[in-house]
Formats: sequence, C-alpha cells, structure tokens
Amino acid sequence: MADKIATRHAYGEALSELGKEPNVVALDADVSTCTMSCMFGEKYPDRFYNVGIAEANMVGIAAGMSTLGQIPFIHTFAMFAAGRTYDQIRNTLAYPHLNVKVVGTHAGLTVGEDGATHQCLEDLGLMRAIPEMVVICPCDGNETKQAVRAIASYNGPCYLRLGRLAVDVVTEFPGYKFEIGKAQSLKDGTDATIIATGIMVQIALKAAAELEKENINVRVLNMHTIKPIDKDAIINAAKETGAIITAEEHNVLTGLGSAVSEVVTDTVPVPVLKVGTEDTFGKSGNAEALMERFGLNKENIIEKVKKSISMKK
Amino acid sequence: MNAQRARELGGIAQNLRITGLKMVQSAHSGHIGGAFSLSEIMSVLYFEKMNIRPEDPQWEDRDRFVLSKGHATVALYPTLATRGFFPIEDLSTFRNIDSYLSGHAEMKHVPGVDMSTGSLGQGLSTAVGMALAAKQLGKKYTTYAILGDGEIAEGQIWEAFMFAAAHKLDNLIVILDSNKVQLDGTIEEILNTGDITKKFLSFGFHVISIDGHDVQQIAAAIDGGNATEGKPTIIIANTVKGKGISFMEGKSKWHGKTPNDEEFKIAFEELYNKNLKLEG
Repeated sequence: MADKIATRHAYGEALSELGKEPNVVALDADVSTCTMSCMFGEKYPDRFYNVGIAEANMVGIAAGMSTLGQIPFIHTFAMFAAGRTYDQIRNTLAYPHLNVKVVGTHAGLTVGEDGATHQCLEDLGLMRAIPEMVVICPCDGNETKQAVRAIASYNGPCYLRLGRLAVDVVTEFPGYKFEIGKAQSLKDGTDATIIATGIMVQIALKAAAELEKENINVRVLNMHTIKPIDKDAIINAAKETGAIITAEEHNVLTGLGSAVSEVVTDTVPVPVLKVGTEDTFGKSGNAEALMERFGLNKENIIEKVKKSISMKK
Repeated sequence: MNAQRARELGGIAQNLRITGLKMVQSAHSGHIGGAFSLSEIMSVLYFEKMNIRPEDPQWEDRDRFVLSKGHATVALYPTLATRGFFPIEDLSTFRNIDSYLSGHAEMKHVPGVDMSTGSLGQGLSTAVGMALAAKQLGKKYTTYAILGDGEIAEGQIWEAFMFAAAHKLDNLIVILDSNKVQLDGTIEEILNTGDITKKFLSFGFHVISIDGHDVQQIAAAIDGGNATEGKPTIIIANTVKGKGISFMEGKSKWHGKTPNDEEFKIAFEELYNKNLKLEG
C-alpha cells in the first residue's frame, strides 16, 4: 500500500499538474500553504491570486473570470469555503451555473487542535442543498487526484471537500476509476452495507474486516460523490443486503446519512443507521482522539452494523 | 458631446423611463425608484460609450456591464431591448411565470446580461473578476459596474474595492448611483456612509463626482475613467431616486412599490410631458 498522504497534499500536486491547461486559474484567501494551492502558485504565478482574507470577494472574482472561459479553482478552509460564502456560491456561482470549483480543506473534526470554529461539520449539507451543485468528498490521495481531473472536465460549479490529516490510500487497485456520481464497491457482502465517504472509508474497511471474523459479511461502498448521489448503488444495497450504515466526518443531519436516507425511504425502505457527529459542534484536541470521542470509529460502525441487522424484517 | 447629441441621449433616457413604467404596469411589480435614477447613465453607456454588438451578445471583446444593484431591471431590460438585444414587446412579460425576463438580472436567460445579480454586494466582485481576466488575457475591453449607494453597506463591496486598487484595475469603471435613498429610508437615516469621496480616494480610486442626470457630465466622466491609468475609477453619480415622477422623487416608499391606476396615469403624463419638452 502507498504511503499515507493528506487529500489536501495530493490535491496540491494534482492542481499544479492541471496547470498545464492554460485556462486553469487558482485563487486563495491567505491560506495557500495550508490548502496547498501554493504548489500551483509556485509553478504558475501569473495565474495564481491570493485575494487576502476576503472569501466572499474571492467567489465573485472567480465567477467573473469564469465568464471569460477560465476555470477558477478557489481555496480556503471548508468552514469559510462553504459556510461564510453560502450566499455567494448559491446566487453568483450556482444559479448562473458558472464553471468554478470551490475547494474546502481542513473539513471536519480532524482539523484537531484549532477547535470548533474551524471544524466544519455542515459543509456537505450546505453545498448539497444548492441546486445543480456537484459535491465531492474523496477518501484518499489517489482518489483526490482523479477527482480533480474529473471536476476540471465537468462544466459547472463543484464543491470539493478535503482533509488535513494524512490518510491511508485505499483506492490504488487495478480497475479503479473515478467517475462523478458513481460509488465504488470496495468490498462485497450480503448482511449489510456500510456507505462511507472521505476519511470514514478507510475506517469502514477496518470495521468490515473485523466483522468478517464474526462471520458478518458487509458490503463497503465508497460514496465519494455526495451529489449527485448514486441512487442505483444505494437501491441495490438496500435490496441485496437489507440494512445500511452510513459513515461520515460530518453532522448526521444533512450530510451523507441524510442523502442516503432520502433515497432509501423513497425506494426500498430498510434501516439506515448513521455514524457521524450527532448535531453538535466539535472541540479542540488531537485529531485521532476527537474521532474516538465523537464516535467516528470502527467500534461505533461495528455496533451500528449489528444493530441494523437486528432491525431487518 | 454636442448639444444635439446630448438632447438625443436625454430623450432616450426619458423613453427608457416610459418603457420601464409600462413594464411595471404589465407586471404589477418592479423597482421604479432605483431604476429611474439610472436612466441617463444607461442611455450614455449603451447608446454612446459601450463597445457592444446587440446581434452578438456574447462577442468576446465587448465591454462588460454588471448591474450590481440587480433589482434595477426596470432600467436594464428597457435599455437592452431598446438597444436591440431582444424584442421590446417582450418587456410586457416582465416577471411573468413563463417569461425569461425575471425580476432580477439573469445572465443565463436574458441576452445582453453579463452577470446574474440580485443578492446585493456581490456584483462588484464579479466585475473585478472580469477586469482581472482582461488584464491576464490581454483584452482591451472596459468593465462597468453600477452600485447602489445603499448597497455599499455590504462589506464585500469594500473587499472588492481593495482588490481592484491593489491590482491596479484601470480597466474597471464603477458608477455609484448616489440617489441618497434606500428601501427603509434615506442613507443618512439608515447607515450614514459619511464622506464617500474621501473613502474612495483613500481606497486608491480615481474619483469623479457628477450630476448623474446630466448626460454630458456622465460621458465626460466615463472618458475620464477610460483615460485613467494605474487605478480603477469610481464615478459618484448624484441622482434622484424616482427621477421624473414628482410624487416619487426622493421617496423611499417608491423603492419597490407598484403605483395604483391613478398614480400610473399621473406618472405617464409627467413622463410624456417632459419628453415633449426634450424633443421640442
């Protein structure tokens, strides 16, 4: 297995590679050495703009540039990328369907010590509530690189959620292909399905391996695209395994769990149990310790898998 | 500009008011006050100064226009229709459920609109983006943006001002529709913005203050902005909200209110009378 790498670092490499396309431009709001957009800036200083600590203005500038056929990638922490500029993204990017890519790094609890003000646990919900928005949350460095190329080829507004921590690479296998809106099965199973996104994918795989020892065979779906969500994969999971557990580093309200529930209740109603933060703010602390404290761990997934199986009719 | 051309542009402005008022009458809604303060400015921009091709609205070297105060479609749509971007008859469908002429400016649906606006404070940043892209791509067009004077209470406007000056966007001309009145009252009552000339100067702009209903002054200010190098221009256009209709002038209640039948009658009479004088 390849070395651990943070999705934001893989992103920085992918973006600077994408810079070969002359119409790609990058903007950052004074956190480029954290979002890693600085890597693009070093290589293409003429197409890199640090707008200062002014996220709303950054969205608008990108919108204007996109009308000239440029493809702006804009960067800041997820809290400000999705939270502070919600209105700008909704009205000035998404409504006119402008070709701007919003990249929010340092999403979720794994920001760690900086604490609740910087731990965005609502961005997936905010962004998927906007019509026509594409919302992507890659699980590892390899997937991030492919996702960057995919959203660059897609003509329209996208939100890309990235993390601070180095994570395992779980998608580097033959036949892996990133396609917007297409979940991948990383492990097959019949007793239940864990649908995970972002950093929770690797934790879901560990939970699945442990359950295997108890003869519980779960399917693991990597739901990298939160919107448009892969309805077929969810419906098949509901039909074929009869129970679903979602896992996300995000509030269980409005995020992946909600998105999956919406599909399931409309089609094949089966239990959907959710692992995520329980409608609460985060707190300061070591990232791994926070994941344990808030139940974003293997144990919680295993417990919810067993509970969901007991709820099957 | 000679006196004859000035009279023509004044006449066009007055006709934009008449066309705009008809639109509001058909729609039974729309923002009259902050549209009529803009009539002369729109006339000079679209019929004298801007480099545009109505038959090719997406022409890549056109001058750009962003109506940051996106509710002033009662000024923008009559201007675009009169200039030939779309049929003037369509204005009677304004705000109708099946019409492409929405309440606020929309780039995806209305030919000639360069940016969708409506959420105040956001349009200026997009104009800055267009000006920045022109610099980067070596294009020579000018980007114009119209702000409301109430709108500048939005913090994002000042983010955009700082950026435009820092990046020396001398291809950007901002026009402030300084009609001194916003939805809930006067600027002075709601949030007194103080000495805006000093503020804009300190933000690094070339500042020109004019009578925003004098077409010659508007034209000269735009020329001055286009000739300025190394810094963006802001034209403080001193205007009257609801200009041209006596009972609306300077009144905040006519920000978005629709006149009743009697009021429409008086308003049309006043506009037509003024028009006859201009033509005579």
